[in-house]
Amino acid sequence: MIMFDDLRDLYQEVILDHGRKPRNFRRLEDADRSARGDNPMCGDRMELFLKLTPDGAIGDAAFQGRGCAISMASASLMTEVIKGKAPEAAQALGAKFRDLAMTGTCPECGADIADEMERLQPLSGVHEFPSRVKCATLAWHTLNAALAGAKEASSE
Amino acid sequence: MDGLARSPGYDVARIREDFPILGKEIRGKKLVFLDSGASAQKPRQVIQAMTRCMEEAYANVHRGAYHLSEVATGAYEAARGAAARFLGTPDAREVVFTRNSTEAINLVARSYGGGVLKPGDAVLTSEMEHHANLVPWQMLRDAEGIELRFIRVTDAGELDMEDYAAKLADGRVKLVAVTHMSNVLGTVTPAQRIARMAHEAGAVVLFDGSQAAVHRHVDVRAIDADFYVFTGHKLYGPTGIGVLYGKLPLLDAMPPMLGGGDMIASVTLERSTWAEVPAKHEAGTPAIVEAVGLHAAIDYVNAIGFPALEAHERALTEHAMARFSAIEGVTVLGRAQDRGGVFSFALDNAHAHDLSTLLDRVGIAVRAGRHCAEPLHARFGMEAGTCRASFGLYTTLGEIDFLADALVEARRFFRV
Ligand SMILES: Cc1ncc(COP(=O)(O)O)c(C=O)c1O
Repeated sequence: MIMFDDLRDLYQEVILDHGRKPRNFRRLEDADRSARGDNPMCGDRMELFLKLTPDGAIGDAAFQGRGCAISMASASLMTEVIKGKAPEAAQALGAKFRDLAMTGTCPECGADIADEMERLQPLSGVHEFPSRVKCATLAWHTLNAALAGAKEASSE
Repeated sequence: MDGLARSPGYDVARIREDFPILGKEIRGKKLVFLDSGASAQKPRQVIQAMTRCMEEAYANVHRGAYHLSEVATGAYEAARGAAARFLGTPDAREVVFTRNSTEAINLVARSYGGGVLKPGDAVLTSEMEHHANLVPWQMLRDAEGIELRFIRVTDAGELDMEDYAAKLADGRVKLVAVTHMSNVLGTVTPAQRIARMAHEAGAVVLFDGSQAAVHRHVDVRAIDADFYVFTGHKLYGPTGIGVLYGKLPLLDAMPPMLGGGDMIASVTLERSTWAEVPAKHEAGTPAIVEAVGLHAAIDYVNAIGFPALEAHERALTEHAMARFSAIEGVTVLGRAQDRGGVFSFALDNAHAHDLSTLLDRVGIAVRAGRHCAEPLHARFGMEAGTCRASFGLYTTLGEIDFLADALVEARRFFRV
């Protein structure tokens, strides 16, 4: 009997749900910033759109693209947690998320981002799958590119 | 899985004992290796031949007058002879050793394409090619002003032969470069007919035999191929060695791609003259140990024999087609009349990478992605990629059943 039960850590319901029905999955026609993210090895591809508020914070975030459940879920969750953040805060969160994706934990994550990290926690399972870490981090690479004014990001 | 190891061809269970890695557990799981199309596992006979070469008979070739160098040269040239017989030519000079198929195709594109074709000539390839038989021609087009055309692929995954005839019709195509077996669809192309049509239109023809040479008996003379390439590591041999077969006058007419030692007749500070074919196309110290390994691999395959290999593969292919087609939500790419043991498939509720992560968990190694054939995936609306199971001479019916059962379970897993 073939069972994949031990993979539920990686494919938690939240991941499958966001993977299948990504939130904020649309173009922002009036985006101030946008960038494409590309994972040439697997063919994951996304475009991220950001709308900034007058004081420079991320007012709205949305994306379009295609890819595996992990890359889509990660982008979906990211667009949710970065809304309202200043660019620097969003990038700092991304750095912490990368730690989480690579090691499964984030001992240095402070109380100030506890809520966000809890939302992102379901993706921590990828740390056991080195070839899949880049699926989870592609959205955040793309965010950095968009905020830096670059057009392309690649997780290769 | 072992009860089903017999096939019409030969005793697969016996054969599997020759492959040390197949007896190993990978992360606690019995390995179900279904990625032989990317690279095949190696039998002990190959491993030992290479070890023996390095322990007992190694020196550089074509250089020393001492005994050991003569022995090594003899072994290297014997490998060339074996490769020539394997492809059906009595003339070993028609075999050039390269690093792999990719290098062999690039050699033809650069030396024949750049040295013999003229601006305004056209090269005709197909929508079914591995990037190795596409990118070198794009580079030639960009460098030399040569037109590049593509034979369409039908929905069944076969070359559209009417389209082929139409693309040849204006007589400008001077080289046809197509696969002899698709690494995505498993389609075996009608090589003899392709060659005849090319010749009637005044073109030479190159076959990418990277997959076909593993699964079918190839006879370049019967096909009347002008160039034929394959790669050692897919044929149960080592990495680092490939073969370019070329008709002697064509290899003769081609300027060398690389210059250096071993490829010259005489050298002064001002100029050099080239050695005879095939040395002319093999600059530098070649892959000596790898050639010896390839020779052992060819001997290994010949000892089983292509009638038995083909019978075994036919049994696997029919079984796989029946099992995979019966699974709800599974789409198999390609329904060619003549197809071999390569199956690319997609599951309706899972991305190829998610699926391959699951399969990996139970020990099944399949490839996920676009298998170096992005245009072909686009042709079939599969931009997101597929998983590919590809069979080797050691693959069992039981392994196919195991994969089929895992696909059913994977679909359930992703349903939640
Ligand atoms: C049809 C086909 N052509 C060419 C190649 C390239 O082979 P290599 O990487 O050994 O040059 C492959 C395998 O990757 C293949 O399947």
